[in-house]
Amino acid sequence: MSTTLFLILCLNGLQYGMLLFLIAAGLTLVFGVMGFINLAHGVQYMVGAYLVYAYVQLTGSFIVAVFLSLGTALIFGLLLEFFVFRHLYTRSHLDQVLATFGIIIFLNELAKVVFGPATLSVAPPEFLAGSIQLTETLRYPVYRFATIIAGLAVAAVLYFTISYTRIGMLIRAGATSAEMVSALGVNIQRLFMIVFGVGAMLAGFAGVIAAPIFAIEPGMGDNILIVTFVVIIIGGIGSIGGAFIAALLVGLIDTLGRSFATEILSTLFSPSFANQIGPALASMLIYILMAAILVFRPKGLLPAKGVA
Amino acid sequence: MMDRSLVFAAILFGLLLLMPFLLPLFGSEYLIGLIIKAMLLAIAAISLDLLIGHGGMVSLGHAAFVGVGAYATAIGLENGIENILLLLVITLAVTGFVALVTGSLALRTSGVYFLMITLAFGQMTYFTLTSLAAYGGDDGLTLWSLATLFGSDIVQSGSGLYFLVLGTLFATWWGVFQISRSRFGRVLRAARDNPERAEVMGYAVTRYRLIAYLIAAMIAGVSGLLLVQHAEFVSPALATWQRSGDLIVVVVLGGLGSRNGAILGAFFIVIIEEVLGSFVHEWRLIYGPVLVLMVLFAKGGIADLFVSKDAKGRAA
Repeated sequence: MSTTLFLILCLNGLQYGMLLFLIAAGLTLVFGVMGFINLAHGVQYMVGAYLVYAYVQLTGSFIVAVFLSLGTALIFGLLLEFFVFRHLYTRSHLDQVLATFGIIIFLNELAKVVFGPATLSVAPPEFLAGSIQLTETLRYPVYRFATIIAGLAVAAVLYFTISYTRIGMLIRAGATSAEMVSALGVNIQRLFMIVFGVGAMLAGFAGVIAAPIFAIEPGMGDNILIVTFVVIIIGGIGSIGGAFIAALLVGLIDTLGRSFATEILSTLFSPSFANQIGPALASMLIYILMAAILVFRPKGLLPAKGVA
Repeated sequence: MMDRSLVFAAILFGLLLLMPFLLPLFGSEYLIGLIIKAMLLAIAAISLDLLIGHGGMVSLGHAAFVGVGAYATAIGLENGIENILLLLVITLAVTGFVALVTGSLALRTSGVYFLMITLAFGQMTYFTLTSLAAYGGDDGLTLWSLATLFGSDIVQSGSGLYFLVLGTLFATWWGVFQISRSRFGRVLRAARDNPERAEVMGYAVTRYRLIAYLIAAMIAGVSGLLLVQHAEFVSPALATWQRSGDLIVVVVLGGLGSRNGAILGAFFIVIIEEVLGSFVHEWRLIYGPVLVLMVLFAKGGIADLFVSKDAKGRAA
């Protein structure tokens, strides 16, 4: 394996990790603060991707489409919260799983009806279309760099908000004890709504920036949702910092694993065996990591304080 | 109280017993296939209900065991093992072994974390199945020979297969009924309601849970075996987490801790899929919101509408 290839894969892993982080941030907060399992969080990623597709068709400008999509994703998240999720916070996890499963089924089918079952794609904006010369032999698409930077920027803003602002303080307090925060006179319902809306918007944003890279299709949120769950379990439920580290870890392991698992196995076993087992093992790596974390460090790498 | 649910079960199984004699009057092979499908779903759902309803262990990876059972059977068949009893032993051994390994790791956690780790093991199972290139990989495998009962093809199709599936459903119903009534079942529920207290009273909670997990997995594996007989096809899609979600839907729709409910739930889902599906191609647009509304407004499941409070009393 060459260093160039390795470098590209690392960048891809980083970029995938950023995407995961954007989705995981909302999920882990909703999970940590409200104790709410939202299987439908992945669908919001899909919604973001379809929104940007629709708005690009409508306005012809990627940038305008991005902002319109973010606004719509936020409103969509707030509506879901108002009509459905709000009534589930005090219910059992089982009820939450069931109701949000119903929402997944509905929205996946709706996407199929409105946009058709075929995969769609969006071209990246022109000023991000080229690629950069990194070394003599290595060029890397500007757009992918931009997604990494966007992810880092969101992470920084989130970190600052959670650590140094009043609303961040309330969120941290809410993760420790929502009842206590409520008893101190804070409108906890509104806090929940804000957290939920922002989480939905971030997932939508992930979908938006993923749209030019991956195929847009019904059900695209389902698989990434599962990976996101892996991320927040590894990072520790309710912990933004944990989600960030775990997202990068999962992104890198998954990307590198898919490329090198077969190669590494073939040094130990026969090539045909390695070819058969390699891809499956690569897909499993992150789940093995998660299982190991759960067994040896059940609260995750960087657990948030006070989360049950 | 209890008799009412027993009476209801008797009516349910009586109807199922009569179906093969009634339905040909309407000339429908198709309906028989549909009922078999619902009964297979019910078998897996009853086993999951043992975990969720009685054990309080919400598993989001239960379909993996259906997949493992189906593949154990299919691989046995491909290698020339055709005796259904031998295949049953193989299926039970393989699913039991997988459950033993995954269960003893998963049960180190509880609650949400248990849900997540079972999900992870389910996904690992799914990817393992897709890697079985010799047995179809991603695409799955069509089986050209099916299991026989000592060389007889009576268990392969028609009413023979129907009564085999019905018999298994009844055995599952009866078995889980006995388990839930036994001391084992009471300990399981005590541990669900208050694990510390059960532990203090001297019960090794994790061991009880692991045994329940093993039993549930093996029953799900048997439904996988029968699924192969019925569909003559296996694919990794059997083990996806969406299938596990479907099983949870069946269990919750039927009402927790209610075996009759699990059967009703299974029929409800299959009928909804077929009836709605025949009217509107996009039936999921209706099905999804129905699930949400059910959760929001009908807490006890559909079994509540038909059955006595027995199940609730016992499960609560």
